[in-house]
Amino acid sequence: MIPAEFKYLFPSSVDEAVRMLAEEGEDAKVIAGGQSLVPVLRMRLAAPTALIDIAGLTELTGVRDDGDSLLIGAMTTHYEVQRDHLVQDHALLLRLVTDTIADPQIRHRGTFGGSLCHADPAGDLLAPVLALDAVMIIAGPAGRREVPASEFFVDYFTTALAPDEILLDVRVPKYTGWGAHYEKLNRVAQAWSIVAVAAAVQVRDGSISAARVGLTNVGSGPLRATEVEAALVGQPATAEAISDAALRASSGDGYKDNLARVLTGRALTAAVAG
Amino acid sequence: MTATAEPEIGKARLRKEDARLITGQTRWTDNLQLTGMLHMAVLRSPVAHARITNIDVSRATAMPGVAVVLTGEDFAAEQGSLPCAWPITEDMKSPPAPAMAVGQVNFAGEAVALVIADSAYHAADALEAIDVDYDELPVVLDMEEALRDNDLVHPDLGTNKCATWIFDSAEAGSGTNVEDEIASAEVVIERTFKQQRLIPAFMEPRSVVVDTTAGMFTVWSATQIPHILRWMLSAVTGISEHKLRVIAPDVGGGFGGKLQVTPEELLCLLVARRMGRPVKWTESRTESMLSAHHGRDQIQKITLSARRDGTVTGLKVELLADMGAYLRLVTPGVPILGAFMFNSIYKFAAYRFVCTNVFTNKVPTDAYRGAGRPEATFAIERMMDELAVELGMEPMKIRQMNWIRHEEFPFNTVAGLTYDSGNYEAATARAMELFGYEEMREEQARRRADGSVVQLGIGISTYTEMCGLAPSRVLGALRYAAGGWETASIRMLPTGKVEVITGTSPHGQGHETVWSQIVADKLGVPFEDVEVLHGDTATSHKGMDSYGSRSLAVGGTALVYAADKVLAKARTLAAHMMECDEADVEFASGSFAVRGTSTVRSLGDVVLAAHVAHDLPEGMEPGMDADATFDPENFSFPHGTHLCATEVDTETGMVRISRYVAVDDVGTVMNPLIVDGQVHGGLAQGIAQALYEEATHDEMGTLTTATFADYLVPCAADLPAFLTDRTTTPATSNPLGAKGVGEAGTIASTPAVVNSVLDALRHLGVRDIEMPMSPERVWTALQGRPDPGTDDVAAGGLGSIDAQGGQS
Repeated sequence: MIPAEFKYLFPSSVDEAVRMLAEEGEDAKVIAGGQSLVPVLRMRLAAPTALIDIAGLTELTGVRDDGDSLLIGAMTTHYEVQRDHLVQDHALLLRLVTDTIADPQIRHRGTFGGSLCHADPAGDLLAPVLALDAVMIIAGPAGRREVPASEFFVDYFTTALAPDEILLDVRVPKYTGWGAHYEKLNRVAQAWSIVAVAAAVQVRDGSISAARVGLTNVGSGPLRATEVEAALVGQPATAEAISDAALRASSGDGYKDNLARVLTGRALTAAVAG
Repeated sequence: MTATAEPEIGKARLRKEDARLITGQTRWTDNLQLTGMLHMAVLRSPVAHARITNIDVSRATAMPGVAVVLTGEDFAAEQGSLPCAWPITEDMKSPPAPAMAVGQVNFAGEAVALVIADSAYHAADALEAIDVDYDELPVVLDMEEALRDNDLVHPDLGTNKCATWIFDSAEAGSGTNVEDEIASAEVVIERTFKQQRLIPAFMEPRSVVVDTTAGMFTVWSATQIPHILRWMLSAVTGISEHKLRVIAPDVGGGFGGKLQVTPEELLCLLVARRMGRPVKWTESRTESMLSAHHGRDQIQKITLSARRDGTVTGLKVELLADMGAYLRLVTPGVPILGAFMFNSIYKFAAYRFVCTNVFTNKVPTDAYRGAGRPEATFAIERMMDELAVELGMEPMKIRQMNWIRHEEFPFNTVAGLTYDSGNYEAATARAMELFGYEEMREEQARRRADGSVVQLGIGISTYTEMCGLAPSRVLGALRYAAGGWETASIRMLPTGKVEVITGTSPHGQGHETVWSQIVADKLGVPFEDVEVLHGDTATSHKGMDSYGSRSLAVGGTALVYAADKVLAKARTLAAHMMECDEADVEFASGSFAVRGTSTVRSLGDVVLAAHVAHDLPEGMEPGMDADATFDPENFSFPHGTHLCATEVDTETGMVRISRYVAVDDVGTVMNPLIVDGQVHGGLAQGIAQALYEEATHDEMGTLTTATFADYLVPCAADLPAFLTDRTTTPATSNPLGAKGVGEAGTIASTPAVVNSVLDALRHLGVRDIEMPMSPERVWTALQGRPDPGTDDVAAGGLGSIDAQGGQS
């Protein structure tokens, strides 16, 4: 398992990183935690000419309080997300999802932003980020721009990030006091989800005032179960309302369609209870 | 005094080899660095069946650091054919098996060209610059289709049928005629089971280093079989055996997957001979999955006849066994090892076994943990459940009424074996008690009545197996090319320390610990004073290596006999030293004493006296070393009862094992900790066949499970806490009473899990589910839809990998 030869660059600022990306051209690649890219390199499924290692950009690490939202640095590791109090208090769903990612070794190396940029439709973080209406803050040669998650995930392993851009932060609105759950079905512990459902629910006076539902590995990217969300709002937080709404997660009769419905029901039930 | 306070045998000692293995304070083959060493990378065929019309190596040859690029044509005159040591019938078809393809490739992953370079990096880079033109041929993948001979894997053979091997109890005189039993039976059940293809997935990838210094060829290899490898490499290359030394250093697992003479071992040797320089090759995980031999892959058609009261009468087994594209070391014999085990612990009057071996364009199959016996055990344990369902009987009851009772041992089976000892009643009683069998049945009934989403299943496997391979005369009768004896030597050093040399070749089993325990007990020396040497043909000059749960039952016995020889000679010398009659000498706790006196000589004193040889009895040779070789008179027959409870989520198809009890009778136990470890690991691999693992191919013959992202090996998090216990009836075929435990867990567990899942779902109309029982397969069966096959099984993963990228 030996990768093809590549140039290794270690920028010390975001501006330098962006400049390096522009200089090295389309075949350069940013490496963050390396938990998806390194296997791909070693199997020679990809052979970038240059790797730009952004591990030195410490300003991209950590979670910050930004008023109505959290800013999660792209280089924040899964392990750090799991233990962050702001995430625990205001974006519980992200912590619960992160708990299920791979194993402790990978969670110590892999990064929040790296997972999103890799855009594997079976990756766990895409659906909750989509469901939570997160916004990507991106740096490029023309300066900064913001892209909502709904426009960021384009297709299998494809995002709106241009080859010369870097993801800096993810802005996640605060969901303080919402119940949340991630219902994941995978065959063995280290395997990707067959299907998983991320749900966050706000319950007020016994009825559902708002809901967010995202589906993992059902399409070529994460899916937002908007019909399920709409069906829940204003309903009493009962098993019956939840199972009625969950039926709208998918209309097909295939195995994954069934899982989407079953796991949506389970995720919502646990989110309401939690 | 060097007495040991309590017996070493039976003590749960931590393994003495573990510290170095776990901390990396050892030298694996890939760690070896020799001066001037070259690195070999292998270009592998991306297609399963094709003529090679051209190979252009000019670009690769010009790449930095490349010494030479070699193709099959370059070695055509000297590579010969890789050995198959088990021609199961006189008329078996055996195609030439070149280490590197010449003119035609027959499976995706077959070696096509080699880059020899100054570093592994340069070798990997240059692989991509070799241009090969393939003229593709029809791909033969399905065994039943292959037998129609429309397209041929090896056109020169004229057929895809390799051999047909038959055992018939009426012909053998061990039973009646099975067709008569079936014709007159009150109940006949016919089922077909598929044993999917598995990948051994040992932890340490294969690695080979060959050195040519000083007129010797020294071959380091991550192998289970250094002695057989030396013999076979000599036979294939013509290099004189005494000029070949094979070393298996610490080896990280094998499970049968390293019971092989591999193309790469031969190629490294040929390259080193040609270049006159050391050469190393180490595979990647994907390369291992694409080219190292696979296991299982059978279609089993089973017919069982019985009376209405549940008494079984006849068993007919018709197998198709997938050889893959070539016959490797024991490829054709693996299904034959199962021939004697389908009848298992049950008293069938008649038995017939017909196995047809078939060539396909896939990686060759060969030994994988259990080799033939897991397949047999699966089939019979599934059939006993099917019979119970057919007759509306409790599945344990039907086993109890048909098994060999403990007072019937030794028992001559319908397959022609003699089971020496066992007690199925005792193991079953203990397992049912540990499991809470009755309570579990009550819980199951409750959930059925409630229509619970999560249904409960209870699966039984009352298995036996044959191991301790093997009596040499039996192997000869089965047309196997080698014997099954094992050898051991003891060297008593002048300071009283002990070197043990064994012909077995441990690769994770813990022989160093157990062999030390045996010697410590026999000679009364401290455990720490024993060093076990193995795996180097220069120190361990003969042996038959490790596989088939043979090392303790055969190799351990050789060690006992060597220790007996040491003691016999020491006793003579002790009598001489103490000036008494040998008959008056007693040996206990490491010392010789004259009966009824206080005169004592420690073994150390006697060993030193033998070493200096100043005063030995007339005719006695100096020194206190001994060799012994043991050829067993029979196999050993571990058995046990495994009970598995599964919770099956009827909405998702997900199966979770909620309780697993394994009560095994492996004879006398030397080290219970190691036995538990073997059982746990074996269970994991057997459960993996039931639920997780399967090597699959696309219609072009490309392996679509060539990474651990796609080939699902379970880890501790996926498995339950195992409840293990033992009953003991010592083996009578060796003085240790040991039966072998390396394969038992794998053999027993697969049917226990599958029976359990089906037991959970039968009342919902499910009759069978193919292995591995993925959530999608289980759910699909619950919908009453046909099996989704392997291509559509939903999972994340990397999908198919370009075979050509093997080394990269």
